[in-house]
Amino acid sequence: MSDSKQIVNHVEKLALLEISPEEKDRFSEQIGKILKFVEKLNELDTTKIKPTSHILPVQNVTRRDSPVPSISRENVIKLAPEANNEFYIVPPVIQEFQEA
Amino acid sequence: MSLTSKTIQELHSLYRSKKTSVQDVVEASLKRIEETNYHLNSFSHICRESALAEAKKLDAAGMPENASMMWGIPVGVKDNMCIKGLPATCGSKILKNYISPYDGAMGVCLKKAGSVVMGSCHMDEFAMGSSCENNAFVKVKNPYDLERVPGGSSGGSAAAVASSQVIVSLGSDTGGSIRQPASFCGVVGLKPTYGLVSRFGLVAFASSLDQIGPFARCVEDAAFLLQSIAGHDKKDSTSYDYTPPDYSKDLKNDIKGIKIGLPKEYFTDGIPADILTCIDKAKKVFCDLGAELVEISLPHTQYAIATYYILATAEASANLARFDGVRYGYRNKEAATLKELYIRSRSEGFGPEVKRRIITGTFVLSSGYYDAYYLKGQKVRTLVKQDFDQAFRKADVILTPTSPCTAFQFGEKIDDPISMYLSDIFTVSVNLAGLPGISLPCGTDDKKLPVGLQLIGPSLGEARLLNAAYQFEKVCPPLGIELKV
Amino acid sequence: MNTDFEPVIGLEVHVQLNTKTKIFCGCSTKFGLLPNTSICPVCLGYPGVLPVMNEEVVRSAVKVCLMMDFMINTYSRMDRKNYFYPDLPKGYQISQFDNPIGVKGKLSIDTDEGKKEIGITRIHIEEDAGKLIHGDGVSYVDFNRTGVPLLEIVSEPDIRSSKEAYLYLKKLKQILEYTKISDCNMEEGSLRCDANVSIRPKGQAQFGTKTEIKNLNSFKFVQKALDYEIERQMNVLKEGGTISQETRLFDSGTGKTKTMRSKEEAHDYHYFPEPDLLPIMVSEGMIKEATFSLPEKPDDKCARFEKQYGLPAYDASVLTADPSTADYYEECAKFCSNYKMISNWMMGEWLRELNERSVSAVDSPVLAKDLAGLLNMIENGKISGKIAKEIFPEMVKTGKTAEQIVQEKGLTVISDTGAIETMIKEVLGKNEKSVQDYKNGKKGVLGFLIGQVMKASKGKADPKKVNELMEKILS
Ligand SMILES: [Mg+2]
Ligand SMILES: [Zn+2]
Repeated sequence: MSDSKQIVNHVEKLALLEISPEEKDRFSEQIGKILKFVEKLNELDTTKIKPTSHILPVQNVTRRDSPVPSISRENVIKLAPEANNEFYIVPPVIQEFQEA
Repeated sequence: MSLTSKTIQELHSLYRSKKTSVQDVVEASLKRIEETNYHLNSFSHICRESALAEAKKLDAAGMPENASMMWGIPVGVKDNMCIKGLPATCGSKILKNYISPYDGAMGVCLKKAGSVVMGSCHMDEFAMGSSCENNAFVKVKNPYDLERVPGGSSGGSAAAVASSQVIVSLGSDTGGSIRQPASFCGVVGLKPTYGLVSRFGLVAFASSLDQIGPFARCVEDAAFLLQSIAGHDKKDSTSYDYTPPDYSKDLKNDIKGIKIGLPKEYFTDGIPADILTCIDKAKKVFCDLGAELVEISLPHTQYAIATYYILATAEASANLARFDGVRYGYRNKEAATLKELYIRSRSEGFGPEVKRRIITGTFVLSSGYYDAYYLKGQKVRTLVKQDFDQAFRKADVILTPTSPCTAFQFGEKIDDPISMYLSDIFTVSVNLAGLPGISLPCGTDDKKLPVGLQLIGPSLGEARLLNAAYQFEKVCPPLGIELKV
Repeated sequence: MNTDFEPVIGLEVHVQLNTKTKIFCGCSTKFGLLPNTSICPVCLGYPGVLPVMNEEVVRSAVKVCLMMDFMINTYSRMDRKNYFYPDLPKGYQISQFDNPIGVKGKLSIDTDEGKKEIGITRIHIEEDAGKLIHGDGVSYVDFNRTGVPLLEIVSEPDIRSSKEAYLYLKKLKQILEYTKISDCNMEEGSLRCDANVSIRPKGQAQFGTKTEIKNLNSFKFVQKALDYEIERQMNVLKEGGTISQETRLFDSGTGKTKTMRSKEEAHDYHYFPEPDLLPIMVSEGMIKEATFSLPEKPDDKCARFEKQYGLPAYDASVLTADPSTADYYEECAKFCSNYKMISNWMMGEWLRELNERSVSAVDSPVLAKDLAGLLNMIENGKISGKIAKEIFPEMVKTGKTAEQIVQEKGLTVISDTGAIETMIKEVLGKNEKSVQDYKNGKKGVLGFLIGQVMKASKGKADPKKVNELMEKILS
């Protein structure tokens, strides 16, 4: 089970979630069980099987490059927990956390 | 008999002959919802004002000559559907008070048909669950036994139809979330072929598996509601460019000679005897109707749940990343740094089951594990699909129980996710293969709780499925149990 | 440059496509709109929305693939690249991972040692993120740019100097400009570059530890940043230190790079296929259609200019540097057959005027036809080259033709034999010593004497005629 605790500790960071220390044991145990259950798939030899990422037998679905009016700024920005009239507002973005 | 217990066909005739107004029906529906919702918690939001206004508008305009069968019909929608001006909370604290700024495809279709949206129905948080117990606000009750769950995740939609709060409702089905609550609540529930109904406006759980579908008290009503939402939508790339047939037209055709496949892997020791008895009776009914029963094999069934949990959680982990407290939804106000804002908003906003699935889903995608889990899952999905392709060479329709259990008591399975997941055993393969499946009541178990029968069709085989279901329903005796509300 | 070490450089370029709408929704891609006004539920990642691919994006990508000899993948697919950042509304970027639209492209650059081929690993389609504005204790997010279509072009680590990097970028920009799929405007961010750099002992096959430099928003900065980083890494190695794998930021103020994020903090993007978008299967038909609309490649055009117009290689390369300059040249050449003179003028007066106004050839203040008209007047002896140089700025300023200006100002060349003879005699009279020198065999003074005549005529005398008559009179 310590294995699955490690997994939870690692994935928590990737998923930006925090499991309270009280919950963590129970949670790790459950995730451990789930992963063990899922390992059942290893019984199958799938080396020659193609993965299915889309069940629909359709490709090349595109749209025309013609503009559609945007939604008004007031109508969406009012849904934001924090914003002024023009911008969404977040705590200061520090460099260490930057991505591109 | 109250107006809200009527069928769509009956209401349509009443409207046509001007014996009843939409306002009468909508008021009856509101009355029923407001009287019973305290017990059932099926509705998370009731649109009293807008429903009445819409009814008034419809009455004033009069019923058009070529009115859709859905004209003037009160409908409930699951709380994960985006209709402009309506809350869509997905049973989650993170979307508490969220009101959709746009109309999803289902909103557009319902408006176009002239249906009246009565409100949104409670569900498991982000459609993750089989009991509606994973809801941040309430527990939805089973209208046949208030101590028991309505099933999930579309439990509110199922309970609302079962208790005649509305005529029909919409749910969404990712691994059985329409069919299982339909079976628990003794109603008809259909999950359409992946791509038949637009997902635009459905808050995604697992994008490659999700489909919207109808709940109804009879097969014909389900056909009418499906008709109004099925068809191509340019806003959903995964929508079939396909013109659906008239689903109600062929319901009355006999089903003599159709081949009903019985997957041997589904009829194992796991199913309780009382459920099996109902299914056996159903088989006999089909024989009497002239159908031929054939044994088929779906050998990868035993891997379907594991595959489902890998793929669904992986997709969900990405689909739920947008809930970060920046543009909408719950936000922790004290967070001083960006990272803190994300972690606290998400950790406080999501419930335990959602977190568990995000963690699982992120893990199966993470570097070093992708091939062993996610890729493997996609490959097994191919095998599951191939099983069905084979099976439909021998059978026109496949018959299975909908669920290995009937409505269980609150708390019975909540602490054991695997046992909860296993209750989806008969339904998930259908989502993996993108096929249509319908659940319809076929009797009761020893506890006098509804038992569901599932029929599975080939891709875009909804018309055939509905036809078989209709013929079965016609001769199947009523459940003979009473609502507790 | 230390001879014991060599730098190994790979470049990642993001190109903003100039489609009318964003990649997955109908919002406008116009630059400079008010903040958060070109947004919709789709590009803002509202619950329930779905993306639909802009057909023009695929078309543009295929064109670029063909222009740079990419192998086009017949099965290409969008993937989700998962990470959290406030400018990324969905919590993932829709990009391409293991099935990009094109692989194994190449382009050749002209180095001092001759042509060099730079391999291009891959080209893929993705969406842009929004913009962050850092304020007083908070950051502001503008989502207008979110969902603008990008092509990411990743080179092989084939580049060996900052100069080569510069040449590669210049060439890449040239091809993109020819293909007309991007504005290629670095100030507006429609062309952005990140550089990967490592150092290794010459002759060693294995690569050294690399650093990635971000925030390079001009070609000059790329060169500067690379020079600094190469020097820095070399010093570290010479002092016996080791390079740590990290992302560095270029500070254009100081000309230095500094650590932004170390490898330990790097993200696991847990890519997976985007379920909301179906695969892109590039068909023969799509390739044919794209091929049909493809422009002449810059290298081909350059070679053709040399051959067709008899231009020196240098002239041809300058004139074909960008497609609008080349078009301008060819338009001139329709009206004026002294091709080398057109070239001289365009590379001289014309380009200077353009640079002064910082406009491109399409916005040239003088029409190609009018420049040709001016040059034809020289060619026909109506004006001298000197006068033409005075007329040209006037054309730029007023938009008038050379003909009009000459007429208004009476600048026509004096080609009347009598008048020129009179001027020559006057000049010879004033410069008896030079005349004597000439007669004594110092033929070099002829130029001086002709110059004097031209000066006396205020440049209006027909120089050919002056030359002719002068020799006749002196003999
Ligand atoms: Mg990129
Ligand atoms: Zn948009």
